[in-house]
Amino acid sequence: MSELMLGNHAVARGLYEAGADVVSGYPGTPSTEITEFAAKYDEIHSEWAPNEKVATEAAIGASIGGARAFTAMKHVGLNVAADPLFTSVYSGVNGGLVIAVADDPGMHSSQNEQDSRHYAVASKAAMVEPSDSGECKEFTKAAFELSEKFDTPVILRLSTRVSHSQSVVDICPRIPHDTGKYEKNIPKYVMTPANAVRRHADVEKRLDALREYAEDCPFNTVEMNSTEIGIITAGIDYQYAKEALGDRASYLKLGLINPLPERLIKDFASKVEKLYVIEELDDIIETHCRSIGLDPIGKKAFTYLGEYSAAYLKEKILGERDEFITYPEPLPVRPPVMCAGCPHRGVFYILKKLGVMVSGDIGCYTLGAAAPLNAIDSTICMGASVSGLHGFNIARKGEYEDKAVAVIGDSTFIHSGITGLINIAYNASNSTVIILDNSITGMTGHQNNPANGFNIKGDPAAAVNIEELCHAVGIDRVRVTDPADLAGTESVIREELAAKAPSVIIARRPCALLKSVKHAPPVKVSEEKCKACKACMRIGCPAVSMSTGKAKIDNTLCVGCGLCTQLCRFGAISG
Amino acid sequence: MDTRSIMLVGVGGQGTLLASRILGNVLLSQGYDVKVSEVHGMSQRGGSVVTYIRFGEKVYSPVIEEGQADFIISFELLEAARWLPYLKKGGKLITNSQQIEPMPVITGECTYPQDIESRIKEEGADITVIDALSLAEQAGTSKAVNVVLMGVMSDILGFDEEIWSKALEQCVPPKALEVNKKAFALGRSIG
Repeated sequence: MSELMLGNHAVARGLYEAGADVVSGYPGTPSTEITEFAAKYDEIHSEWAPNEKVATEAAIGASIGGARAFTAMKHVGLNVAADPLFTSVYSGVNGGLVIAVADDPGMHSSQNEQDSRHYAVASKAAMVEPSDSGECKEFTKAAFELSEKFDTPVILRLSTRVSHSQSVVDICPRIPHDTGKYEKNIPKYVMTPANAVRRHADVEKRLDALREYAEDCPFNTVEMNSTEIGIITAGIDYQYAKEALGDRASYLKLGLINPLPERLIKDFASKVEKLYVIEELDDIIETHCRSIGLDPIGKKAFTYLGEYSAAYLKEKILGERDEFITYPEPLPVRPPVMCAGCPHRGVFYILKKLGVMVSGDIGCYTLGAAAPLNAIDSTICMGASVSGLHGFNIARKGEYEDKAVAVIGDSTFIHSGITGLINIAYNASNSTVIILDNSITGMTGHQNNPANGFNIKGDPAAAVNIEELCHAVGIDRVRVTDPADLAGTESVIREELAAKAPSVIIARRPCALLKSVKHAPPVKVSEEKCKACKACMRIGCPAVSMSTGKAKIDNTLCVGCGLCTQLCRFGAISG
Repeated sequence: MDTRSIMLVGVGGQGTLLASRILGNVLLSQGYDVKVSEVHGMSQRGGSVVTYIRFGEKVYSPVIEEGQADFIISFELLEAARWLPYLKKGGKLITNSQQIEPMPVITGECTYPQDIESRIKEEGADITVIDALSLAEQAGTSKAVNVVLMGVMSDILGFDEEIWSKALEQCVPPKALEVNKKAFALGRSIG
């Protein structure tokens, strides 16, 4: 039987068929659906973890315990999980250990476009990369075999177009995995210097064995057609190259990305006239080719930036391009915006009004940086709002302590904001942190988290009490406010900015898109009372416009949150 | 056969993902190789969104590029203009007449373009404008614009109504099925 599946769904199917026992992950586009789909199989124990480091360590522990273990994250998540990754390569595995990492070339939903293949090279882990959903499933299964055969964690590298494309997958039954008996093994799993010295030698031996394996393994395939052009490629770039060039080129498709083969590549290179290496982002394969004495056309022809496409390759290699028509005038852009009724909107409106510096973070609320709110000053990575605000306040020598805040979501706060808050309390930083608690991990599509009282299956779970947690780390001033109440929230923010002590404001209201949230009917505008002052436009709500000269509400979008009602001085908008 | 390409474009939240699931299921059931490429994450929040559907004997790239789409189904009028360059010569553009103002228009930074239909026609493209929102409301919910447009598409692509019906049952939650079947039928009747 075959089914149309997202790449991420196919990875989860691969987990099921491989007999995987344990999955732990943290949401991150484009990797999120792997863990979500895995959780639909009752045979797999699946969990959301507070962050990628915890998820990876849980998977490593499960592997030591004999389970086939798995974790999934986005590319920047692997930065968080890099610490356990590097040393787990030394300790190796008991049950197979597979770490999926999904890169985001083109940054559809990310803050950078780092190339995770560097992690495989740097950590000396094996890495495989599928190019469609069918391979997502097969490579996931094979990755467990590889992990157990070579005693190494295996990184499954994905990218947005592989993770978020559906293609046809053949469905097979699950073959259960036997976790066996646990045996203590200090020299292998206790990475003290003396043991790690020996294990490093084992890692190098293992890499040599893997290099030999790479020469003739099923992950790497050669497809000989016309020998005028030879393409060495991997992952989604294979699909683009094949679409662009078809039988006009021969292909060496690399599925095992680390380590790369030598003889196989040299042999292929010797059979073709013009050799290209096609790889989005960095020049990992090209650098390897150069290290073995080849001189392929790579980054001198193809960009380091963004995604490739079949048309891009066709133009670069063959000089051919499809014709097309364009709309005869420039069009307004349509950037993503906070949804109508978003509980974050009120907070950003107030922050803009107060003119404060806003140290931002990663989540839906990053959209507070967009027009017309333009309310965020910096966004770097998960948790950096809190720790960064502290550094900023030190740099400004107290000048900004009453006019700078950090904003961070509930899930992001649990992920890595809490450590920054401990730093604020510990170093007596007069900083004000606003936790935007919308009771869900929003941007990635509504995942439960340790602060909202539900686990990955939607069952009730222990919930972090954010107020108590803040108190416990040494913050005395903790306030809770409803961001739909503009006046109340503004006075709380003013008071905490003025206070000469570290403080936390929890702006609490669930995401308007949650099914459990009851919406009020759309608000109405009185054309008579409306003076077209545009005060209601300042919140950047997609449901409010002035297209008729007066305020107008889009009834298909408005959820009756009442923010615009509070902004109207003439009482023209009512619920 | 050559690979054929369909694009579904619209505004995040309009249900292009569900529509692509329905279409993908129908095409797979007809024995085609199918690839569907979606957008998740940040762009979904009210931004311009696109889903690519490609089918044929063997499909490689999951992505459709400028000058390649046999059909563009636009869920919103401005988006039809935005994605026009993707239409193949001789391709067909079908768009909902609904206008959703993007933030730069809401803030007054620019205006919503006028006469989109005639401007596109002047460029030589085959465009059909449909009031899918009214049909969806007629079926019972403004949210069914996506399924109305799949109804329109079903008439153009052919295949038995039964096959579409089955795909609808597979992709739509049972409690919303009746409304969506109505929406589909209304779309199909004008396709």
